[in-house]
Amino acid sequence: MTNEFVLETIKEHFAEGILHTEESFGMLNITVTKDLVLPMLHFLNKDERLGFNFLTDLCGIHYPDNKGAELGVIYHVHNMALNHRIRIKAFLPIENPSIKTACNLYSAANWMERETFDFFGIIFEGHPNLKRILNMDEMTVHPMRKEFPLEDPFRTDKEDRFFGRTQNNEALINPVHGA
Amino acid sequence: MSKHLNLVEELSEETTTLNLGPTHPATHGIFQNILEIDGEIVKSAEQTVGYIHRAFEKLAERRNYYQITPITDRLNYCSSPINNMGWHMTVEKLAGIKLPKRVEYLRVIIMELARISDHLVCNSVIGVDTGALTGFTYMFQERENIYEIFEEICGSRLTTNIGRIGGMERDFTPEAWNKLNRFMAEFPAKFEEFNNLLTRNRIFMERTKGAGPITAERALNYGFTGPNLRAAGVDYDVRVTAPYSSYEDFEFDIPVGTTGDTYDRFLVRQEEIRQSLRIIRQAIDKMPKEGGFHADVPLFYLPEKELVYNNMEALIYHFKIIMGESEVPAGEVYHSVEGGNGELGFYLVSDGGRTPYRLHFRRPCFIYYQAYPEMIKDGLLSDAILTMSSMNVIAGELDA
Repeated sequence: MTNEFVLETIKEHFAEGILHTEESFGMLNITVTKDLVLPMLHFLNKDERLGFNFLTDLCGIHYPDNKGAELGVIYHVHNMALNHRIRIKAFLPIENPSIKTACNLYSAANWMERETFDFFGIIFEGHPNLKRILNMDEMTVHPMRKEFPLEDPFRTDKEDRFFGRTQNNEALINPVHGA
Repeated sequence: MSKHLNLVEELSEETTTLNLGPTHPATHGIFQNILEIDGEIVKSAEQTVGYIHRAFEKLAERRNYYQITPITDRLNYCSSPINNMGWHMTVEKLAGIKLPKRVEYLRVIIMELARISDHLVCNSVIGVDTGALTGFTYMFQERENIYEIFEEICGSRLTTNIGRIGGMERDFTPEAWNKLNRFMAEFPAKFEEFNNLLTRNRIFMERTKGAGPITAERALNYGFTGPNLRAAGVDYDVRVTAPYSSYEDFEFDIPVGTTGDTYDRFLVRQEEIRQSLRIIRQAIDKMPKEGGFHADVPLFYLPEKELVYNNMEALIYHFKIIMGESEVPAGEVYHSVEGGNGELGFYLVSDGGRTPYRLHFRRPCFIYYQAYPEMIKDGLLSDAILTMSSMNVIAGELDA
């Protein structure tokens, strides 16, 4: 099984809704609209040629600069027999981050979705028990979002510009950049 | 009087709610289960997890790549070296580092030793939970011997932080080889003795057979991996389907069970210990003479301390690595290794910065522990305890 074959088979079945495809370190990434995720997982699972019937991983990601599509849900599915993995992504606006649950297809998704909800605040519609899992129930924020820095946000001694990492090397141009 | 009789009748319909944990001595870790029991029969269970959550994924977003290894130690702490190596391999995959065969073989030896110690803990604890403490005490001596080998290689025992991105921190010392050879010579006989204590022991078999079974279909649906999935009859092993670290060079078998119950899980782990010994034996025999103990990647692998003091180039590289200046490409990479209790995956998103943009650990026991209520339903309470210990749920990995 090759990535080209997988992509072709998917495109044959889903005419629209596929926003972007790329290959990263040999793994096919398919970004789709949020409504297409569940039908696609179903198709990948049930189609005889594909047989991606194992949900390896489900997690969230936050891109604050990606306006209108800040939060992402990432699914890794696996065809064990042929050892082929692909990654499905869907991005959601932060104001209304909701997507359909995959619990009915994969029991494994239950806790992984709860974890994603806990850390990113993504709502999985139809989830049987969507509540926090690792953090305490009293918590009011979703801590893996980028607006919650791990350390004191006013600390200036660890900024990227000191390490030649900013785009124009500001640290070199303006070494006394005020704190 | 008639009122009293009614009360009894009503009571007979009721179930009892039992809080098993969070600090129950029989659960080996911080697990809470709220059980509904009818007499001794478990009717339903609800788990509470997260008691030792330490926000590893958040921590990792603020650390350089080499500083994340100690975090991985604390996932499945019964086999930390496997987690460490998995992380190194993930970064190596991202940075495109190729290792010499010799390093990969050294890593294989360490990973298989870790697997043996992981399985020994799990299986001997199944013994403890069935009332057979003897095997446990003897096998913990063997685990101690494995830890002494780790100590000789990396200086620590449980949370090992072993290996580095691009190789091993140092070569095996002669003493490490001695200890390894002694272990390889003495362990198999003692292990078979332990095996004889339990495997065909009538009491042990009666206790474990049929306790907490799961079908292959349900196990796959629940995302089972590792020995628990193999006990249910699916021959999935990351070492075989997606070989890493030269596992394709070694000859070994994948044991599978049929019923997925506690006894099968026990048997699968017992056989895996033998297979691990086989792999270590082959790795020792085939160990290449050439190749050193690390790849030639100055951007990732720290130079010798003496060179740092005397050589400008080494000093620069040292500084670059410590300050997290080593260039890593932007990209997304998923790498998985066969951990002690299943497929341990690292999903790493890099934006080219000093730290991961996002790091997600696919922790096998977090995923398969969800199946626990289904597995213990309508079984005995004592079987529930056994099922948990035989599933090898490690609190550190569960809660990350």
